[in-house]
Amino acid sequence: MYRYTEFDRQFVKQRAAQHRDQLERWQKGQLADEEFRPLRLQNGWYVQRYAPMLRVAVPYGEISSKQLSVLATIAKEYDQPNPEIFSKAQAQQDLLPGKSPRLIKGYGHFTTRQNVQFNWIPLDQSADVMDLLATVDMHGIQTSGNCIRNITTDELAGVAIDEVVDPRPYAEILRQWSTLHPEFAFLPRKFKIAITGAQEDRAAIGWHDVGLQLVKNAQGEVGFKVWVGGGMGRTPVIGTLVREFLPWQHIMNYLEAVVRIYNRWGRRDNIYKARIKILVKAEGQRYIDEVEAEFKEIVNTDGGPHTISQAEFDRVAACFVEPKAPASIESTLANVSTQDPAFQRWLNQNVVPHKNPALRAVTLSFKRLGLAPGDATSEQLEASAQLVAKYSRGEARVTHSQNLVLPWVPESQLFDLWQEAKALGLASPNIGLLNDMIACPGGDYCALANARAIPVAAAISERYQDLDELDDLGPIDLHISGCINSCGHHHSGHIGILGVDKDGKEWYQVTLGGSDGSDLSGPAGPGKVVGPSFSAAEVPEVIEAVINKYLELRTPKSNAQNGRAEYFIETLRRVGQDSFKAAANSARHSEPAFA
Amino acid sequence: MKILSFKEHSNSAAGADVISMANDADPREVSLEGVKRIDLHFPKFTDGRAYSQAFLLRRRLGFQGEIRATGDVLIDQLVSMSRTGFDVAVLRDGLDASAAQRQFERFPAFYQGSAIDTKPFFAKKAA
Repeated sequence: MYRYTEFDRQFVKQRAAQHRDQLERWQKGQLADEEFRPLRLQNGWYVQRYAPMLRVAVPYGEISSKQLSVLATIAKEYDQPNPEIFSKAQAQQDLLPGKSPRLIKGYGHFTTRQNVQFNWIPLDQSADVMDLLATVDMHGIQTSGNCIRNITTDELAGVAIDEVVDPRPYAEILRQWSTLHPEFAFLPRKFKIAITGAQEDRAAIGWHDVGLQLVKNAQGEVGFKVWVGGGMGRTPVIGTLVREFLPWQHIMNYLEAVVRIYNRWGRRDNIYKARIKILVKAEGQRYIDEVEAEFKEIVNTDGGPHTISQAEFDRVAACFVEPKAPASIESTLANVSTQDPAFQRWLNQNVVPHKNPALRAVTLSFKRLGLAPGDATSEQLEASAQLVAKYSRGEARVTHSQNLVLPWVPESQLFDLWQEAKALGLASPNIGLLNDMIACPGGDYCALANARAIPVAAAISERYQDLDELDDLGPIDLHISGCINSCGHHHSGHIGILGVDKDGKEWYQVTLGGSDGSDLSGPAGPGKVVGPSFSAAEVPEVIEAVINKYLELRTPKSNAQNGRAEYFIETLRRVGQDSFKAAANSARHSEPAFA
Repeated sequence: MKILSFKEHSNSAAGADVISMANDADPREVSLEGVKRIDLHFPKFTDGRAYSQAFLLRRRLGFQGEIRATGDVLIDQLVSMSRTGFDVAVLRDGLDASAAQRQFERFPAFYQGSAIDTKPFFAKKAA
């Protein structure tokens, strides 16, 4: 992990002090609500349906055991609304139609952008929380607001067997560059960067405002392939390739050009047209030409001040070596136990190979009944911190699919880890399967949502609990968003569910065939809508109808040349959408209420 | 950075050597000959276009005169303004300036280079 210097550490502390100053001025009435809002947003403080939400930055998803432990403390001690607010919120929840799980408190939530959120921290305690976070080099800088957000990357960065270049040093250098950038704090809209350095895209780079892929050219030199203008929301767009090969030293100079041109021309008159994707789509080559011209000016006229020196690269990269193994690793691994079929199932589903053949990367699953996808109670956060310390050399990764990866687990300790994770309820062998679904907090918490996401996720999870059945269905990306802002990435799901509001009621649009850009899913692209929206009650049945259609149409294992049954997304691609659409629409309870 | 009240700003002379640049203007297309002061405008404090204009004026074009921030200019944006090349800011009418000075004292340094202090932190450290 990156090791904070004294300067880095002081910087985070000063930022916390700045938040306290702003909070106090707001409390005294010296800062109006609308003046304080953009400031607190850029520290991760967002006001939701019932209470404020804090989004803590986990830069490129990398988090230490100590940091997880502090997050557990925050969940336990600060994610505690006053009882009146909490019971009022529950009373309002009780008025909602259908079934919504009881509200919970004292927990954190792993987000699709590899951050961690809390839902109940009173705003007047926010400065204390920032101080506490700063003790472990954490903060909420630029986790919200119209600025350059937390940079995300491959959860297997630095350990993946298909990695060409480790993206983490570049992600850290870009984190520093984007932090409190004076020119880019008030862009037309939020700005998200994702980097990968592997052959497979596990960071959904096509879906980002800027997507970066580290590559090597014929001479073996490292550079970036650069895409600009991807994004979800109301208008899903995949980024445009603007550079085949940008020498790595120039990445900050180039991004300065990309963002400056966007700051100048991005639309500010309509929030739905303000993302860079709209600009790139509207201007096409003209935008690219302008970026290239500005990049030249930055390098030639300004002297390319942000050209990365070898010394700086080496300093940062030195932090990202394989962490030292603890002095003695004792294993209780008994060969007999490894034959346990439940353990084997977990090995197959939740454990992947590692650059170092003696190690494995293990995913702790935060997808289980009783808690929303990605939710972790304070006890689970603390227990995870301990697992990370014990089995993964003190380091973990928050994944874009809302789980936690332990990237440095010795093969000989897998059985021990499995047993402990199982006892904590974090060993569901479901990574990549149907019930490893992505869901945003939805209408239960978020003020923007049109519909609830958590009850839909819960209903589908309840229906699909049989491990053999899930295993037989194979990998399926199910993504659920409570509104068109697409925090649940419904556009990129093989099956996407989107909450929409019609006549004040909750409805759900279902899409099929979306892709995040992974090898399994194929080139990144949005799914297609199957038809008019469905009611909450219909959704689980629609999903089941679609799944059953897949089972009916897939090439079975016995006929397959690759020794396995055809996957859902493969069948969908081969036979097309029509029969799946028909299956989905046949699950309607009655005629749709609207077209 | 010099901070002016709205009154001080409106009382200051606006001669031929003072230009007011629209938010969507490209500073590179404006003649700066004989210009001593350029007023840039923040229609809302959340509209960040003038930061880029100031950067281009100060850094790219080497403009030596005054760059003045006008419009919805609030205390918490002053440091960014100063770093992008503004040297004078006119606080929004009626704003109390007492919290302004300490904002400049908070961060001893920043990561990235700016229009004034052009080298990023890592390059200064290495020097």
